[in-house]
Amino acid sequence: MSQVIPHLSPARRNWQRFKRNRLGYWSLIVFVLLYVISLAGEVISNDKPLIVRYEQQWYFPLLHDYPESVFGGNLPIQADYHDPFIKAQLSRQDNFAIYPLNPYYYDTLNYFSTAEHYPGKPDDENLLGTDIAGYDILARLLYGFRVSVTFALGLTAVGVILGIFFGAIQGYFAGKVDLVTQRLIDIWGSMPELYLLIIFASIFDHSLLLLFGLLSLFGWITLSDYVRAEFLRNRQLEYVKSARALGLSNFQIIWRHILPNSLTPVITFLPFRMSAAIMALASLDFLGLGVTAPAPSLGQLLLQGKENLDAWWIAVSAFSVLVLTLLLLTFTGEALRNALDTRISDARQGGTL
Amino acid sequence: MTQPLLSIEDFSARFEKKTVVEQLNLHINSGERLALVGESGSGKTVTALSILKLVEAAELGGRIIFRGEDLLQKSAREIQRVRGADIAMIFQEPMTALNPLFTIGEQIVETLIAHQALTRAQAKQKALELLTRTGIRQPEKNINSYPHQLSGGQRQRAMIAMALSCKPKLLIADEPTTALDLTIRARIVKLLIDIQEEEVRENGEHAMAILLITHDLNLVRKFAHRVAVMERGRLVETGETKAIFEQPAHPYTLKLINSVPVRNVLPVAGDAKTLLEARQIRVEYPLPRKGWRGLFHAQTFTALHGVDITLREGETVGIVGESGSGKSTLAQAVLNLIKVKSGDIEIAGAPLYSLSARLQREVRARLQVVFQDPFGSLSPRQTIRQIVGEGLELHFPELTPEQRYERMVQVLSEVGLSAQVLDSYPHEFSGGQRQRIAIARAFVLSPQVVVLDEPTSALDVSIQKQVLELLVSLQKKFGMSYLLISHDLTVIQALAHRVYVLKDGEIIESGDTEQVIQAPRHPYTKSLVQASL
Repeated sequence: MSQVIPHLSPARRNWQRFKRNRLGYWSLIVFVLLYVISLAGEVISNDKPLIVRYEQQWYFPLLHDYPESVFGGNLPIQADYHDPFIKAQLSRQDNFAIYPLNPYYYDTLNYFSTAEHYPGKPDDENLLGTDIAGYDILARLLYGFRVSVTFALGLTAVGVILGIFFGAIQGYFAGKVDLVTQRLIDIWGSMPELYLLIIFASIFDHSLLLLFGLLSLFGWITLSDYVRAEFLRNRQLEYVKSARALGLSNFQIIWRHILPNSLTPVITFLPFRMSAAIMALASLDFLGLGVTAPAPSLGQLLLQGKENLDAWWIAVSAFSVLVLTLLLLTFTGEALRNALDTRISDARQGGTL
Repeated sequence: MTQPLLSIEDFSARFEKKTVVEQLNLHINSGERLALVGESGSGKTVTALSILKLVEAAELGGRIIFRGEDLLQKSAREIQRVRGADIAMIFQEPMTALNPLFTIGEQIVETLIAHQALTRAQAKQKALELLTRTGIRQPEKNINSYPHQLSGGQRQRAMIAMALSCKPKLLIADEPTTALDLTIRARIVKLLIDIQEEEVRENGEHAMAILLITHDLNLVRKFAHRVAVMERGRLVETGETKAIFEQPAHPYTLKLINSVPVRNVLPVAGDAKTLLEARQIRVEYPLPRKGWRGLFHAQTFTALHGVDITLREGETVGIVGESGSGKSTLAQAVLNLIKVKSGDIEIAGAPLYSLSARLQREVRARLQVVFQDPFGSLSPRQTIRQIVGEGLELHFPELTPEQRYERMVQVLSEVGLSAQVLDSYPHEFSGGQRQRIAIARAFVLSPQVVVLDEPTSALDVSIQKQVLELLVSLQKKFGMSYLLISHDLTVIQALAHRVYVLKDGEIIESGDTEQVIQAPRHPYTKSLVQASL
């Protein structure tokens, strides 16, 4: 083997094993692609044209706000590009405007809509219909997805950093340090997370930051247990003793020797942590403890869907996006777990080391 | 000649793409003691396990005929009746082979009831007889002991009693003594021989045969009537034990026989300075106590009771002892990896334990270590360049990258590896190569003292010899001192100028290696020498 593929680091080998799992690999690609697309949401779904050419002048409404008067209107307020008058102005003679694919931002209210009532059915104007307030569902899904994933990424990152930090300290120093820290974590972990959320939600304004803060206070505990167990195992091994005999400092041993060998459970749990975070955000929004409208949120759409069962398009679209997101993450996670599970490879390779 | 008890014909075993045993032909007669010898990866264990169809996921070819029936053709249910009853097996590690949740008595009784239709009371009586026969201490008491309550040797006896319970015709012993201490090994081997000879006296031609799987030639010489040598899945030689040892035909057999390390050390200069001196080293470990009392009165286990050792320039000092003797604790105390209760160590005149952190780091460059397990001692996620270079970066920060590279290449060539290995990862190397890398990591710092903690115990015999020769040649070239920790007297004999015999945390005998081995004074040393040579 070593002659065919020389000098493959364990991380690279795991990556190649991961790639061999088609479903997981493509799930990851699709997920990343979707997130990148949603990050460019302003270009895809917005109520402002990307570029406007008006009377030999270039305008960039995405970057600057222009009052209506710039385009021949009367009022000094911000131009509403759904206004038929503005539309007509922008398409006269040499003037033109390039609109995004979906001409709605998540909080765009179309005052010129032809819909008779809200929520409105999917039609040419709103591809996936509108919700009870008249917001475009496609736009809200796109931005809701972006918020959910960003939120999950942030929560996972904070959880990983805190989890590794505490797990590493407990596992490396072991003994009394471990005992005391573990008791403190036990106390911390026994605090009722949901009640805290409800209490805080009633004291402060609902906001994403509040949710993020509260959830990240508790999200690292399980991870720190895994890291601690890995550190406890690895610190006994002789390469760590050799490093100590070499005279390396504790930090160097943790950082260079034990940590790279203790990351397997962390990496395996990343996709599952992410999907848990997305679910948490959606559930809190669904329960009304999360963000308030007009902020885009998948959970709120689900709540609206539940309350307006005749407006099937709300529930179906929000549900589909959530399911797709969680499925992609689960497939990725599964593939990752199998790639990092050395027992599977050993069985396949016939017990060779 | 009558028909053999078991004959293996054209046997082969494959795991997916890898063939581990090829075209094996071997037979064993009733009343015979046959040893199957080979190094790791030779396929000897796979062969033994295949006799009872205990290998999973392997493709088995050929025939294994036991008393006229092909075992490989038998169904799972049929083979179950053979297992334990006609053919029994004892394993290397009795702790994992016995069920920890049942007493040994229950486990023997269970086998007896399953195969011999005895009542529980009869079976219990029989179990007691068997345990008495295998020489378990206080059989009436220990029949109700759980495996973890017995020592390694006692557990192996219980294992043998269980294997013998149904009067098997063939007993397969897979490395039965490897996990045991030397002196206990000798007793277990004697027990196996006694039991088998007793069988021969009782049953004559139909006596039980023993198939011993081992890598230990010493054991083979004492035990077997006939020897079969395997190399990489092939049987290379079979013959009478005496004939094989006196006139091995195959070069591999010769290599195995010659792999017993040979003493080849330079004498220490008479005026050599003392480099390391340990005085009254005492190490205690706390013992956990149940309940609240444990918080106030910690009980301690004393691993070392005030041990003195000295090591001079260019000298190798051996520390020999069995497991639990405190020899590894001593190594860690010398390396300052554990806290000692009292005593101190002077290295080149500097008191190790009372140095400042900065000075201690400087001392560490002069005091290096090579550990036993070549798989655990290299971090799997670092390249060889990182592993070997780490110490240089720390202790010689003044070196430029080019100088550092030169030094790494030089040290790698000293241990017999080329510069090409620098960007490889440990998993790409065999056990012997990894041990060379571990040696390179220690030697790149040009240490004055190297602690060798069982440096060859995890290696095959032929590789063990190479590594020992490498260590000797490095010492001759650079003149550093070794503190060699080992349970194996042959290794100590090959390398050490002086030896300390450690038992239960105390030095019971010390002196010139050759003298100690030829004329041991303490009875324990005597039994150690007898067991290993």
